[in-house]
Amino acid sequence: MKNEELYWKSNLKYLFILIPIWFIIAIVVPIILADWLNQFRLGGFPLGFWFAMQGSLIGFIILIFIYVRLMNRLDKKHHLNK
Amino acid sequence: METQTLIFIFTAITFLIYGIIAFKTRAKSTKDFYIAGGDVSPLANAMATAADWMSAATFISLPGIVSFMGYDGAVYLLGGSGGFVLLAMLIAPYLRKFGKFTLPDFIGDRYYSTTARSLAIICALAISFTYLSGQMRGIGVVFSRFLEVPIDTGVIIGAGIVFVYAVLGGMKGITYTQVAQYCILIFAFMVPVIFLSIQLTNNPIPFLGLGSKIVGTDVYLLDKLDGLNIELGFGAFTEMKSSVINLVAMALTMMIGTAGMPHVIVRFFTVPNVKDARISVGYALIFIVILFISIPAIGAFTRTFLIENLQGISYANVPEWFKTWENIGLISFNDINGDGIISYAKDSKVNELMIDKDIMFLASPEIANLPNWVIALVAAGGLAAALSTAAGLILVISTAISRDLYKNILKKGQNINDKKELIVARLAAAFAIFVGIYFGINPPGFVMETIALAFGIAASAFFPVIFMGIFSKTMNKQGAIAAMLTGLIFSISYIGHFKFLGGDPADYLFGISPQGVGLPGVIFSFIAMIIVSKFFKKAPENIQKSVQNIRTP
Repeated sequence: MKNEELYWKSNLKYLFILIPIWFIIAIVVPIILADWLNQFRLGGFPLGFWFAMQGSLIGFIILIFIYVRLMNRLDKKHHLNK
Repeated sequence: METQTLIFIFTAITFLIYGIIAFKTRAKSTKDFYIAGGDVSPLANAMATAADWMSAATFISLPGIVSFMGYDGAVYLLGGSGGFVLLAMLIAPYLRKFGKFTLPDFIGDRYYSTTARSLAIICALAISFTYLSGQMRGIGVVFSRFLEVPIDTGVIIGAGIVFVYAVLGGMKGITYTQVAQYCILIFAFMVPVIFLSIQLTNNPIPFLGLGSKIVGTDVYLLDKLDGLNIELGFGAFTEMKSSVINLVAMALTMMIGTAGMPHVIVRFFTVPNVKDARISVGYALIFIVILFISIPAIGAFTRTFLIENLQGISYANVPEWFKTWENIGLISFNDINGDGIISYAKDSKVNELMIDKDIMFLASPEIANLPNWVIALVAAGGLAAALSTAAGLILVISTAISRDLYKNILKKGQNINDKKELIVARLAAAFAIFVGIYFGINPPGFVMETIALAFGIAASAFFPVIFMGIFSKTMNKQGAIAAMLTGLIFSISYIGHFKFLGGDPADYLFGISPQGVGLPGVIFSFIAMIIVSKFFKKAPENIQKSVQNIRTP
């Protein structure tokens, strides 16, 4: 396979892992599981409330930076980092 | 010094800064005007994106929404931030590689079709105009409350400021004023929140203060607030009140809509390369989240202060700020039982206190007895938030007209020189501002609905077409046209039916309110696209090659 196609395949592989994680952070944890998570606490926060108001938002940032790192490494590996 | 004088000085200083930046960043070519020359640093672009994204509504209304709705208000915070992940992974890097100036540019070229390009222009204009009408009103409202001028005059002054730097500098002028506006608005937001956090919890970091104990007691702030809310019949602050399916639909509409918003996407055309586009989305989200995670803090703090200072207090002894806001009709007391004591409750038969949610943040410096320069700061911050978003939208409108409509459709195949196109772009920006003034003075009385419509169209008409344009090499123009039409028509008719034609909420599709229209919309749009595309030829070879090309940096 050509270099470009291998690069794209790896990119898709990352996305197949990261997008479902995004969905869990964005929807499952802060909304669908919020009521159930509220029985646990993080200091003064009910846990479900904390994820919805703060935790998931921080999770989004971490997710983007993981993707950026993976892609920068992939660019180098395939000599596409001009 | 008088509060009014301070407000005047602070606002004048910020306007002077915008003026200087506008003069220094005049656009010399269409490349300057459309994409700020294409050499904006990822960090500067991120600040500009954050200022663009956070509007008057974010700055003024969201703290109030969270304050009154508690947990349910989180859907706006999740919805306003989660889409940036999609933008970073699925959209921004590839469109940056594509290397054109506008979103209809991409859709028109990728789908080799003037019809697709025209539909994209219609969608971009529909989104930007609906969104803009809310912003212009916001500018007028902030002016009128703080500078004591009529709302209409406020709209015109604000539009005048935007006119100077948008028409003169285009994207270049807008970008660098937005950087300044981000600094002003984040500072203006954080100062009162930090003061409140220290007063209530002794913790100077607001988002940690929210989870701390109230000063001098052993009770967590949120436990106390839950208790107060339950006592008054509102239900616990930290618990969900609406249905899960509706919250999911609203959050996904906003997230997918973010990734299809033209004024957000074009921001990532301004950085030098693909790598910068990816990291710039990450920085932008950090700048946005700093403010977002402090919103529940200010919401909870003001709610606590409000209940403690007003509930069960004799009307004769209300604090000074109560009178100020009562005078302009944003707080009112209706003594139902005639005892002269304020009774605040969810039950409308007992409740005697009416509060406009928009004042929760604006009044917070007064509620917490903060020095009057904080009030002046909040005024300057609110204006920065409203002006920056309005400018970003005006740019999308002007480029849609000058580049997509005038150059690429009306004068297609003719050689338009850069100077002439630049003049058209400036005229189009001026036109957009005048339309904005009109909407600001004659606002549609349904700002929330129009914003829901903007997100609905961005999610259902734009996202599927952009996504498939990158991730499928063979998707054809017929599929794209079907998808955009489905998204556009479905969003408009769903919102129109339930908001304006008296549709019965009992008939909501799967119980989804109009604010969640994007979720069914995006699903229908994808289905229409895939089915219709099967009946026609695959995209031609040269298009497939160009898709291959945008997939690598």
